[in-house]
Amino acid sequence: MSMAVISLTLLALAFGLALGYAAIRFRVQGNPIADEIEALLPQTQCGQCGYPGCRPYAEAIAAGTEQINRCPPGGDTGIKVLAELLGTEILALDEGAGVEKALPEVAIIHEDACIGCTKCIQACPVDAIVGAAKLMHTVITAECTGCELCIPPCPVDCIDMVVEKIDLQSWRWPKPAAIRNIPISVEVSDKVA
Amino acid sequence: MLAPIGTYLHSFPGGLKLKHYKAMSCQQSLPVPRLPLSAEYVIPVSQHSGSEDKLIVTVGQKVLKGTAFSSSEQATGAAIHAPTSGLITAIEARPVPHQSGLKALCVIMEADGEDRWAEMNPCPDYQELTATELITQVRAAGIVGLGGAVFPTATKLAGTEKIHTLILNGAECEPYIACDEILMQQAPEKIIQGAQILCEILAIPQAIIAIEDPMENCQKSLDKAILQAGAEALIKVVKVPMLYPEGGERQLVQVLTGEEVPAGGLPLSLGLLVQNVATVAAISDAIIHGKPLLERIVTVTGNGIVAPQNMVASFGTPISELVDFCGGYTPSIARLIMGGPLMGLALNSDSLPLIKASNCILGLSSADVSSTQPEFPCINCGFCVSVCPAGLLPQTLQTMIRSENFSALEPLHLEACIECGCCDYVCPSHIPLVNYFRYGKDQLQQLAIDKQKSTLARERYELREQRLEKQQTERRARHQKRKQALAGSADKQTSIAAAVARAKAKKQQPEGSDS
Ligand code: SF4
Ligand code: SF4
Ligand code: SF4
Repeated sequence: MSMAVISLTLLALAFGLALGYAAIRFRVQGNPIADEIEALLPQTQCGQCGYPGCRPYAEAIAAGTEQINRCPPGGDTGIKVLAELLGTEILALDEGAGVEKALPEVAIIHEDACIGCTKCIQACPVDAIVGAAKLMHTVITAECTGCELCIPPCPVDCIDMVVEKIDLQSWRWPKPAAIRNIPISVEVSDKVA
Repeated sequence: MLAPIGTYLHSFPGGLKLKHYKAMSCQQSLPVPRLPLSAEYVIPVSQHSGSEDKLIVTVGQKVLKGTAFSSSEQATGAAIHAPTSGLITAIEARPVPHQSGLKALCVIMEADGEDRWAEMNPCPDYQELTATELITQVRAAGIVGLGGAVFPTATKLAGTEKIHTLILNGAECEPYIACDEILMQQAPEKIIQGAQILCEILAIPQAIIAIEDPMENCQKSLDKAILQAGAEALIKVVKVPMLYPEGGERQLVQVLTGEEVPAGGLPLSLGLLVQNVATVAAISDAIIHGKPLLERIVTVTGNGIVAPQNMVASFGTPISELVDFCGGYTPSIARLIMGGPLMGLALNSDSLPLIKASNCILGLSSADVSSTQPEFPCINCGFCVSVCPAGLLPQTLQTMIRSENFSALEPLHLEACIECGCCDYVCPSHIPLVNYFRYGKDQLQQLAIDKQKSTLARERYELREQRLEKQQTERRARHQKRKQALAGSADKQTSIAAAVARAKAKKQQPEGSDS
């Protein structure tokens, strides 16, 4: 009897130590779930979700304080992958946050109207606008995420969103038309009635 | 030592035995005719898979035949050239043969009828060239894979791996296309010379020309040319059994060597360089005569064409002129295709220009075209699996793509699909499988681009956040310092108070009273 008590106590002690060591030695830095969620967000950094960027939104989802359907740039596809990751239900996009754009857009600055006030530079979350004070500004298209944050600050309304032009390189094959619901034509005979 | 490649033949999985209609266009006597000069040429700037080149000509410029229109400095570029002498009348977007139906930038040229050559840079003593010089010349001549893939040849040659065998692909396996067969009969010496150039400069010890079983005439003419060139030790002709899609690079390698080109890899990784016979002939022209790639042999055929035949035609010629040369369309013409019936591209107009990829213009009659049938659900019959030459599972791929489950595609190797159309052809449910695979591939590509873009955006966002934070702390530190400095000396404190009082007093004094 005492043998059993002693050996179990020893075992408990040993495992306790091992677990305690592991908890310190293999401690996970940061917030791995938030990281995974963030990797699925589009990184447009537009703030439409109500958070100042994709990272804070990812953290809010990870903390369970926010729904997964508040990111318009990610759209339905984004919601689907988030639901898959978190094992939750697929929700419809929250219309309060915004609507998904049909085609990706980028900002352009009408350079003749630009007064060089630098307000848009301060607004751009990814530093995709270049220019100096009192000099014309321009958008680096390849780096623009289409977040539209530069539009409201512009005092002379010289920034527009344009759909990126499709050329032979960016053209994509469309999805073939889906299967018809009833593949064979069904004839209803009068005799049934 | 192992038996040399081609001694024993192997096979690839699947494939289809298709009835051939090559004889339709091969009744003519050799050499095949050259299409007369056209009045206007429309030359698309980008005719190859790869990056677009920079144009170096302007509207209103007079050019001679062979003048380069674009610089060929880019690593994956291929220059385009003036097909004849004349005047550049416009540089604008025009419809081009492409599945999207979109317009693309073209150089439009009016022929002056003289067909005068620009000064060329021939190099008959090719032995003196280094590999780099060869590649530069091939790039400048705008040579691309003429088998249909139009990949820039210079880029392919620039691979660093050691090559032990050059395989010349003459196994033209699409049922109607005969342009390579004609070339091998008409100008076998060019092919042999091209092969000698490549072998000599790239130090390749042996070359084989693969042709299909029924190409008896080609074997004769090639053998004769090899004898004449004294290249019996270097080049050998190998016949492979007729099976579609044997002309595919990977499939041909598998038949000849029994080895499978690794997924995502190139034949180069097996020490093999595969080139289409027409491409090699173009290399010989470019090096020996200094002639850039301006024209090719095109098969114009099908039951919808009055007098099917092969011809030499310049790039930029309207396709309608090729058809007119063959006596026009028969009343039963139903569909015009660029390329073969299985892999070709349906054209919506015959006013489109001929491009480097145009090996065949196929006019199908209404009897040849099957009516569009409705698509039925997959019945899991497995026919598609048994014919796939790439050993894929088309029905599984199709299901995954249909449900947009793109992450499941990676282990299924969608990228290995060569879009041969075998599965599509045999599917009893008429599922447009190839279209699904093209869609799936494009979506994967788009996803990769999006991922790249979002990673870039995140990095830039984080950098900006760091910068803002740094500025903030710096500012705070500065303020702190100033405050401390002020608090540190009572002297200063009083002097500031005095200054403030002085300023106030000054303000209260009426203007000019201090004089
Ligand atoms: S709405 Fe989406 S893209 Fe915009 S900041 Fe929020 S998570 Fe990022
Ligand atoms: S051939 Fe068609 S029906 Fe048969 S398994 Fe393949 S996709 Fe399904
Ligand atoms: S199209 Fe692709 S999947 Fe279909 S048989 Fe050819 S290689 Fe296989």
